[in-house]
Amino acid sequence: MNLELSARRSSAHFLFSRLAVNYLKQFFNGEKMYTKEFLTDIYRTLYTIRVFEGRCVKLYRQGMIRGYFHPYLGEEAIAVGACAAIREDDYITSTHRGHGHCIAKGADIKLMVAELFGKKTGYCKGLGGSMHIADLSRGNLGANAIVGANLPLGVGAALGSSLKEDGKVTVVFTSDGASNNGVFAESLNLAAIWNLPLILVLENNQYAVSTPITESAREPDLYKRGEALGIDSRQIDGNDVLLVYESVKESAEKCRSGKGPAVIEAVTYRHGGHHVNDPGLYMPREKLNYYLSIDPVERGRSYLVEQGGMSEKDVKKIEAEIEAAMDEAIEFAATSPELNFKEFQHIVEDY
Amino acid sequence: MAREIMYREALNEALREEMRRDPSVFLMGEGIAERGGSYKVTVGLLEEFGPKRVMDTPIAEASFTGAGIGAAITGMRPVVEILFVDFTMLIMDQLVNQAAKYRFMSGGSASVPLVLRSQGGVGNGLAAQHSESLEAVFYHIPGLKLVMPSTPFDAKGLLKSAIRCDDPVVFLEHKQLYMNKGPVPETDYLVEFGKADIKRPGNDVTIIAWSNMVPRSLEAAEQLAAEGIEAEVLDLRTLVPMDTEAILQSVRKTEHVVIVQEAVRRGGIASDIAALIQAQAFDYLDAPVEIAAGINTPIPFNLNLEKQVVPQVEDIVKAVRKAGYR
Repeated sequence: MNLELSARRSSAHFLFSRLAVNYLKQFFNGEKMYTKEFLTDIYRTLYTIRVFEGRCVKLYRQGMIRGYFHPYLGEEAIAVGACAAIREDDYITSTHRGHGHCIAKGADIKLMVAELFGKKTGYCKGLGGSMHIADLSRGNLGANAIVGANLPLGVGAALGSSLKEDGKVTVVFTSDGASNNGVFAESLNLAAIWNLPLILVLENNQYAVSTPITESAREPDLYKRGEALGIDSRQIDGNDVLLVYESVKESAEKCRSGKGPAVIEAVTYRHGGHHVNDPGLYMPREKLNYYLSIDPVERGRSYLVEQGGMSEKDVKKIEAEIEAAMDEAIEFAATSPELNFKEFQHIVEDY
Repeated sequence: MAREIMYREALNEALREEMRRDPSVFLMGEGIAERGGSYKVTVGLLEEFGPKRVMDTPIAEASFTGAGIGAAITGMRPVVEILFVDFTMLIMDQLVNQAAKYRFMSGGSASVPLVLRSQGGVGNGLAAQHSESLEAVFYHIPGLKLVMPSTPFDAKGLLKSAIRCDDPVVFLEHKQLYMNKGPVPETDYLVEFGKADIKRPGNDVTIIAWSNMVPRSLEAAEQLAAEGIEAEVLDLRTLVPMDTEAILQSVRKTEHVVIVQEAVRRGGIASDIAALIQAQAFDYLDAPVEIAAGINTPIPFNLNLEKQVVPQVEDIVKAVRKAGYR
C-alpha cells in the first residue's frame, strides 16, 4: 500500500506515528468502497479549491486582490474530507487560511471572490476580506485572523448545541501554529469537561508562519495534547481526503451519540509560503517535492478514476465546468459595485 | 412605593426574570453556581435553573468568554461573569477582536448578544490586581456597549436591557455598591440604553458621574447645598451609547461642569466628555471644565493611600468650588 510507503518516506522529515499507519489499514486494506457520485462530489470540491486558490493568487499578483492572502494549496483534503463528513447545518470555525473550509462547507464562490475584491456583493459586503469570510447560512461561523481564537468560538457553538440539544456537531479547524496558544489548551479542556460535540481538526502543516513545529514543540505529535486532556485523539495523513472523511465521520457519530469531543491531527504541508508574498525559502525543496508527490487533489482524482470508474474524458469535463464557474465568479466580482461611504456610515452608526 | 432591595439583589432579580422569560439565556462564570458568585449576585439561580443554565467554569477566562461568544453567535444569550474587571485583561482578544467586530466583519449577517458582567473599583485593600476601574478600555472599542449602573433600580432595568440587546454589552458593577439599598419595582421594567438620569436637580453646577462616583457626588452635592450651591448630579448610566444631549442640556443650564471618574485621569472617559462639552457648548461655559479623577497609578494596598488615589467627597467639593465662580 503506497500509504505505508508514504509514511515511511515522510518519517525522514516528519513522523506519522505507527498508530496512524495502523489506522489507515482498517479502511484501505479492507473492502471499503465509495460510490461514483460521492467520489465525484469529493473531487469537485477538491478541484474547486485548487482552481479558486490558483486563480486568486494570480489576481493577487495582478493587484486585483489586496490585503493578506493565505492559500490553502496543498491542504485541500482536510477541509473537503471533514466537511463531507458532517451535515450542512453543522458548524465549522475556520482560520486565516480559510478559503478551503469555506468552499468545502458549501459557499458560493461568486460571493467569495466578490469579498476578496472588497465588493458590496461579497459575503461580508467587502468589510471582512479574505481572513473574515463567514457564511452563517451554511454553518460557517467564519475565518479568523487571530491564530487560535476560533477555538473558544467553536467551543461556544458546541456548547450551544449541547444546551439546545439540537444534535449538531462543530468542527474547529486549527493548526500546529495555534497549538502553542493558551486558548488551545483551555478550549480543549472545556470541550472535554463539558463533553461537547466538538471535533478539533488540527491541520499540522508543520510551520507556524515560518517556524517549523520541531522548533516550537518538543513533542511534535500534537494529537497527544488531546489525549492528555482525556479526549479521543489520533493522527492521520491529512493529504488523503478519504481518510480525513472517515476519521471525521466516525468522530461526528460519536459526538452525536453524546460521547464527547475528538482531536484529529491531519498532517500536511503547504505548497508555498505562509502567504502569497512569502516565497517559503525555508521549506526544504526535497520535503516539498515529497508532499507534491502525495498531492491531495491528485489523489482525489485517482480515487475518482480508479475506484469511481470515471473516464479521463469525464473528469476533464468536470474540471472544465469548475474552471468556467470560476471565470464567472471573477466576472461577477469584477463588475460588482463597492459599498459607498454613506452606506458604510449607516452600518456603523451605533458603534 | 416600591420595596427596597440591595443592588446585588436587583441584579439577581434581573437575571432570574430574564432566564424565566427566555430559555436561551444562560450564565457562565467562576463560582457562580453553588457558591452564588463572589458578591452573591447569582445566589439561588442554580436551584431554579439547573447546572446547564448556571455553569461554573474552570479558571480559563479567555476561553469561556469565547465560548459565550460562540454560543451567542449561534442563538444563545449568555451572561458571562468575570470575577474582577482586572481579569478582563485575559479576555481582550475574544472580546475585542471577536465579539466587538463580529457583526461588522460578517457584513451584518450575524450578531453577538452577549453580556459580559464584571465588577471594578476600589474596595477595602484589595490592591492593584483587584481594584481597577477599566471602563475607558472598553469605551475605546467600537462595537461594544458599556453600562455602569449606580443604583439598584438602574442595575435591574439596565441588566434586563443588556440581556435583550443584540450586541455585546460590557456591564460593569462596582464592588462598593452591592450592599446599597434602593427602591426597585417587582414588575418587569427596562432602563433604556443611552438615557442619562438626573439623580439630583440643580441650577448652579453640573456634576457628571457614573457608577460609584454617583453616590459620592450626591454626598458632595448635599455639602455644597449647605453653602448655597445647588449642584445637578447627572448619572450617565450607560457610557456607550452616551446621552450627549442630556449632558449639553444640563451644561447650558448651569454653565459650570465637574466630571467625576474613579478611573485614572489619563486617557479617561472624563477627558472625552470634556472635549465634547468644549466643542458643543463652549459659549455656555463660565469656567473651564473640571475633572476629578483617580491619579495615574495602580491602586495601593495601604488603606489611607487607597483613599487618596481616587476621588473622595471632599475632592468633588473642591472641584466644584474650582469650577464655580470666577
